[in-house]
Order: sequence, then structure tokens, then C-alpha cells
Amino acid sequence: MHEKWFAIASFIVIIIGAWYLFALLMNGNQLVNNYERRNMDWTISSVVAEAYQVKRPMLPAPHQVIDELYNTVFDTRITSKRSLVFHTLITLQSTLLGFLLGTALGILIAVGIVHNRTLEASLMPWVIASQTIPILAIAPMIVVVLGAVGLTGLVPKSIISMYLSFFPVTIGMVKGLRSADSLHMELLHTYSANAHQLFWKLRWFSAQPYLFASLKVGIAAALVGAIVGELPTGAQGGLGARLLSGSYYGQTTQIWSALFMAALLGSVLVWLVSLAEKVLLRRRGLAHE
Amino acid sequence: MNSKLVCGFFALSFCSLSAISLMVEPGFFDRSPVLLLLFPAIYVSAAKVMSLLTAYGDQGRPLSRYSRISVPLVFALIVGLTWESMVSGYQVPFVLLPPPSTIVSAFFNNTSILWADFRQTYLKAVLAGYVIGCTSGFVVAKLAVKSRYLQNGLVPMGNFMSAIPIVGIAPIMVMWFGFDWQSKAAVIVVMTFFPMFINTLTGLKSVDALQKDLFHTYAATKTQTFFKSQLPQALPFIFNALKINSTLALIGAIVAEFFGTPIVGMGFRISTEVGRMNMDMVWATILVAALAGSISYGALALLEKATLFWHASVRGMRAR
Repeated sequence: MHEKWFAIASFIVIIIGAWYLFALLMNGNQLVNNYERRNMDWTISSVVAEAYQVKRPMLPAPHQVIDELYNTVFDTRITSKRSLVFHTLITLQSTLLGFLLGTALGILIAVGIVHNRTLEASLMPWVIASQTIPILAIAPMIVVVLGAVGLTGLVPKSIISMYLSFFPVTIGMVKGLRSADSLHMELLHTYSANAHQLFWKLRWFSAQPYLFASLKVGIAAALVGAIVGELPTGAQGGLGARLLSGSYYGQTTQIWSALFMAALLGSVLVWLVSLAEKVLLRRRGLAHE
Repeated sequence: MNSKLVCGFFALSFCSLSAISLMVEPGFFDRSPVLLLLFPAIYVSAAKVMSLLTAYGDQGRPLSRYSRISVPLVFALIVGLTWESMVSGYQVPFVLLPPPSTIVSAFFNNTSILWADFRQTYLKAVLAGYVIGCTSGFVVAKLAVKSRYLQNGLVPMGNFMSAIPIVGIAPIMVMWFGFDWQSKAAVIVVMTFFPMFINTLTGLKSVDALQKDLFHTYAATKTQTFFKSQLPQALPFIFNALKINSTLALIGAIVAEFFGTPIVGMGFRISTEVGRMNMDMVWATILVAALAGSISYGALALLEKATLFWHASVRGMRAR
């Protein structure tokens, strides 16, 4: 256990150290070019001192990002458009809606596929093909087109999230619903259970561990979908809009803080799902300690 | 006998509907809603035909392979037909949803533009990023399999990276590496590295203990053990990562182009043509992306089948 924590901690230290080094090199290079263009004198110590305080750095130093995060999270009112919490909540909404829709759709398709051989033969190839199509590429178009019909805001973004998150759920559920122990299946057959009873008394439970594994993948995918869906909506808000406006105006610290927020949001969401998994599966005595 | 009847019925209603959607002037569903009754007829008969084909495909007769392939094709045909006739039958505005026929004609009329976009996005950015990302993921996994320290540090990082939206680094990469394909390749490298790393590591670690002992008794050198035991055992995992990455790479390149690009590329084409409301061109680009994605996935699947003919997962597929 100690060995593990040591490895993780040392990796984090190495990454932060490398980050400061690269920030110095990249920003310093920019500064030096600037000085030389204006024929000003510079010393190494003055460049080092300034490299971590540039307003629009090539690579903001970690403390600058944390500063920006702190300012936009704690020192700004939540209702303000400058608050990162405001944008995070917008993204969170469409992520969750899309995730719920995607999970429902995924389970529905999986149930259909498991119970009907024709559905499996006709649908399964397209379910797989649907993921080789880079749907994220058409995400902006879905947003624009649905906006033209009058559907703006939450729904178009959630549709993209739904599309991305239904696939892992379908695949996992098909596997899970089929993973029921054959002895149990035969036992239920001897009780002359019908398909309905078979599903609710056996299959649904055998599928749960698989379902949670797919939900973890699905919620991360839903977040990606929500963020990319926000790219073309411009100023309307959300972490994706934050990324886009940051890149338009060269506000690198804004990009990095939005990115950190997205990473934080993603890991919290996945953590929540695995927490639910632990609670539910432990109650059934299935949790892997 | 019965199946032939159903097939005939299906073909008849199919032909009549396509004839209607092609011959009659647009807006016919608005004027005569009775025609809508053709749809239930088509769906019922198509479902019958598909279930017959599926049953035939499961019997293992000589033509079963083709009937298995034809089932999803019939399904796609139904979707395409519904799309085409609904769009022209209700006169859906072109901006909202162009009919499939317009998309296909846009595809064939603009092949030179689409080819230039494809070359910029796929042949330059995707291939370069994919190769670099997958190779480095593989090499690092090969190093990490021997070092507990590297594993302890990198595996949690890989798990963390799978939870976060990596495409978000696209604006940063565009700023660092410029507007051309290099920045897109950089995004792809970051996106593809960790799936490859985690999968290769799992694969290399999955080697059977008995096999390891056997190689030891043969006094196999490290190189021999790697190429004859570890690598073949890890190949299914590596192919899995290659397939996941082929989709990720295309997504990464197209999304990164939204943040800035020279005036060529698939992502650029989509965002500009949306602005000009040229929806047929947008959909034609999506068609190119879909084809590129599916073909590279399919090629990898075929390659997997060819190299892993001895593995249980592939043999099981053939038996089915």
C-alpha cells in the first residue's frame, strides 16, 4: 500500500516540477523574443521572475491556474457569467440529462437484443457501427439545426451526450443479461417461469455488475459529449464555451482552469457512480473488497 | 412457400413507396395522408423478412453468411427509405434535414474538395497522431510491465485520464503547435496513449503462469519469451486498444479543427458549411467521416482475424 502511494505521490511531484520547468522555458522564450524585438536588456533572473506572472502565458504555471480557479469559483457570485461554478452547473445539467437518456436507451436496446434474435441480427451491427462514426464531429451541427427548430439550451447537448453514453451501456447490458448462471436459468425453467419472470428475478440481477461498469464509461462519455456540444453555442455558457472563448481571446489561464474543472467534474461523476455501485453490490454481498 | 409470399409482399410495398417518393412532387404526405398507411405495411413485412433471414442465417446452410449480412442491410434500407420519403413527403426544409439522395449526390459532385479535406484530416493528422500515440503507449507498457514503480504511478493516472474529457486540450495544442495538422496529431497522441498503455499492460501481464514456466524450462531468452509468448498473448488486448483508438483519433482530429485550422480539413468543412447553411455538404463530410471510421475499424477487425486465427476469441466467432 505504501509503495503505491509513494509511486503516485512521486509521479505528481515529477509532473508539477516538469510543469514549472516547461512554463519557464515556454514563457521565458516568449519574453526573451519580446525583449529582443524592443532592444531591451534582460538577465536570466528577471526573465525567471517574470515568466510565472505573464498575463497571457503560453503555459500558465500551476499556481496561476489555481489562482484563477479560486477566483472564479469562490470570489465570484454563482449567478455571474464569470463564475466557473455557473458554467460547470450548465455542463453538469446536460451531462446528467444525456446520461439518463442514454442509459435508458441503452438498457432498452439491450433488453430487446437479448429477447429477440431478429433485433440482435439487424441492430447489433449498427450499434457497433454507430460508434465508429465520429458523432462528435456533427455535434455542432445537431446543436445548430435543433436550435433552428426552436430547441435550444439543454436538449441538443443532451442528445449528443445520450448518443455517446448509450453504447457502453448497451454492450455491457447485453453481456450482463446473458451472464446469468445457466444452472439458475434451468432452475427457473423447471419452475416454468416466463420471460418476464426470468428477467425480473434473475437476468436483471446478473446484469447489475456489468451495468455499473458500463455506467462509469458512459458518464465520462456523456461529459465529453456535453462539452463538445457547447463549443458552437458560443457565449451561452458551459465549460465548452469557456474553452472556446478562452482560445479565441488567448486567455490561457481560463482554458486551463476550465480544463481542470472538467477533469474534476469527470472524476467526481465517475466516483459517484462507483460509490453507488459499492453500496448496491455490497448489500447483495457481491462487492469485491 | 410462405416465406416467398412474404418476400414478394415486402418487395411490392417497398417498390411502390420508393416509386411514390421519387415520382410524385414534394409534399404528397400533406395532401394525401392515406399514403402514410404504406409505412406500417412496410415495417411489418420488413420485420417478417428480417426474422426469416435471421432464422435462415442461424441454420448454417451454404448461403447463411449472405443472409446474415443482408439483415442489417435491410434494416438500413428501411431507415433510409423512411428518411427519404418523410423529408420529401412533408417538405422538410432543406436546412433541417436534406434527403439521403441529395447527400449522396453532394458526395459525388464534390469529390475533389472532400478528398483534400480527407487528406488533411485523415492522412496527415490522424495517421501521424495514431501511430505516435499507439507506439509510445506500447513502448511505455513494455517498460512498465517489469517495473512495479512505473505501474503504480501510471495505472492510476490512466484510470484518471479515462474519466476526463481529453478533447479539451485541443485549444491548448492549437496554440502550441499552430493551425496545421501537427496540433491535431498532438491531441490524438494524448488521447490514444493511455488506452493503448492500459490495454497492452493488461495483455502483457495476462500471460499464463504455466506457459511462463514452460518457456523457462526451454531456457528461452528474454527476446524469445517476449515474441513467442508475451506478445501473442497480449495481441487481443492490443487490437482492442487499436480499435478504440481508431475512433478516438478521428474524433480528436475533427474536434481540434473547430479551434483553428488552415482552410482545409473535415472539421473546418463542417463548421463553415453549417455557417453557410449548405447542409448537403455537411452531411457529405459526415458521410466521409463515417466511411473512414467504419473502414479503418473494419480493416483492424480483419487484421485481427488474420493474425489471431489461433486465439479462442476468433475461433469461437468462426464456429458460431
